[in-house]
Amino acid sequence: MNTTETVAQAATAVVASLPVEQLVQTPFVATFTIFVLAIFIGYHVVWSVTPALHTPLMAVTNALSSIIVVGAVLQTVDIGGQQITLTSVLGAVAVFLASVNIFGGFAVTSRMLEMFKKKKK
Amino acid sequence: MNAIAQYADWIYLVAAVLFILTLKGLSSPTGAITGNRYGMVGMALAVLVTLVIAPSPNFALIGLAMIAGAVIGVYRAKTVPMTQMPETVALMHSLVGLAAVLIALAAVHNTDQHHTTVQRIELFIGCFIGGITFTASVVAWGKLSAKLAAKPLKGGWVKPVQIVLALGMLGFGAHYFITESLASFWVMTGFSVVLGYFLIAPIGGGDMPVVVSMLNSYSGWAAAGIGFTLGNSVLIIAGSLVGSSGAILSYIMCKAMNRSLLNVIFGGGMGGDAAAVAGSGEVVQRPYKSGSSDDASFMMGNADSVVIVPGYGLAVSRAQHALQEFANALTAKGVTVRYAIHPVAGRMPGHMNVLLAEAEVPYEQVQEMEEINADFGNTDVVLVIGANDVVNPAAQKDKQSPIYGMPILEAHKARTVIVVKRSMSAGYAGLDNDLFYMDKTMMVFGDAKKVVEDMIKGVGH
Repeated sequence: MNTTETVAQAATAVVASLPVEQLVQTPFVATFTIFVLAIFIGYHVVWSVTPALHTPLMAVTNALSSIIVVGAVLQTVDIGGQQITLTSVLGAVAVFLASVNIFGGFAVTSRMLEMFKKKKK
Repeated sequence: MNAIAQYADWIYLVAAVLFILTLKGLSSPTGAITGNRYGMVGMALAVLVTLVIAPSPNFALIGLAMIAGAVIGVYRAKTVPMTQMPETVALMHSLVGLAAVLIALAAVHNTDQHHTTVQRIELFIGCFIGGITFTASVVAWGKLSAKLAAKPLKGGWVKPVQIVLALGMLGFGAHYFITESLASFWVMTGFSVVLGYFLIAPIGGGDMPVVVSMLNSYSGWAAAGIGFTLGNSVLIIAGSLVGSSGAILSYIMCKAMNRSLLNVIFGGGMGGDAAAVAGSGEVVQRPYKSGSSDDASFMMGNADSVVIVPGYGLAVSRAQHALQEFANALTAKGVTVRYAIHPVAGRMPGHMNVLLAEAEVPYEQVQEMEEINADFGNTDVVLVIGANDVVNPAAQKDKQSPIYGMPILEAHKARTVIVVKRSMSAGYAGLDNDLFYMDKTMMVFGDAKKVVEDMIKGVGH
């Protein structure tokens, strides 16, 4: 049996054994599974980052954690036909703060990475 | 529009994968640029999808907030000097923290949404991590930018205050969880914000590299916490990636400074009382050799190989550009020049690499501690400039030393050592450095920039 077959069989077995219905019924376990697996991915990916680029890493992770802008957008909504509510104003301020970080984070990261590239030649 | 809404989760998945590729790209300088673009695309996708699926979003408010944020963010990113990166990053963490708090508050006030038991716990956790991250990062920013005193807040009352604040925060959080009392949620938020201040104020300025990395981690966990409330996978994934990234960086920093994370958070250790006593108690006048910048440039000009060990003192006197000019002058004379970087050479992980990159030092000339340590024995001259503890041989030889066990750059193994320093005063750890008194060591006193500029003239003729 070749490797591809083994992997395919193993994958099928894993998928079949997943308590799919249970996952649907208890979304917390599903989201928690994603959470735990993502930590593992993060752990392995970040160890492969070269130490020379640790500052750009921090800047870009800052931009990435500003993905909470998604949560902010979901609160900047009209409630009961009302445009300006405590919720929508708080949401909008959060959108603003996260946007500073997203644009600033990616921009400063690319500025730093350009410096590293320049000297490649 | 409907089609997009239907596939929203799939698009979020694409965004999450792009975020993973962003971090993966950082394993090399060339891949990093592509990676950074992946990150931007992922972010744009996630935001656009959210705009489509949000129930009756207020586009005017959102648009205004985003444009204002983009203008300020990009302006700051283009203008900030690289020496100020640590405090800038700290400030960015505080924005993430504050945003998490505001989102949680907006959510509890949102009369259109009902929060289940689990969601209430998640809101509470996301909010208090955000609150702590917010003020803690502001304090870190203040200490790094010298707007607040770098000296740690001391006294027996600090710990009880921390405990009372933490208990108050958890207590009111629990009250909100049981009764859904909005007032309790606000009080809980208040406690977390004050707690953030008291967690970082007792930590000294020298430990800020660890603190900044730790807050990097917190800002990720805050995002993940909000992601749980929304049941949104891309928030959870991005948050966890950032959370583990910050945790790993804190670990690396701690190891390089010979500290444990708990030791940094709860104070003491190096830079604390013990080290101060050890350092100041037995200052013995010992003979050392000193020379002029001309002597130094003469020695390096006639060497085959030179390794430069830059420390934060170099960045403080803004000498990195002059240093590279000097290195180029040496290279032109046929000298092999390399830079050796200790993990804590700057004020944040990888800071010195960025400062050297800005000064257009070629990437290949810059080597990490593990790469270059074996080569010191074959090096003619090591130029230590603005660094102290990271080249202190006591870390390897003296079991009594507080920095014993700390990984160092083995400058003392080179044939000749030149140390550029303001005076014979001790470094951050408050320790004397045997390297300065070795027979093969020559001290050059003065401001790093002035000395380097004089050395450039020296190599010229």
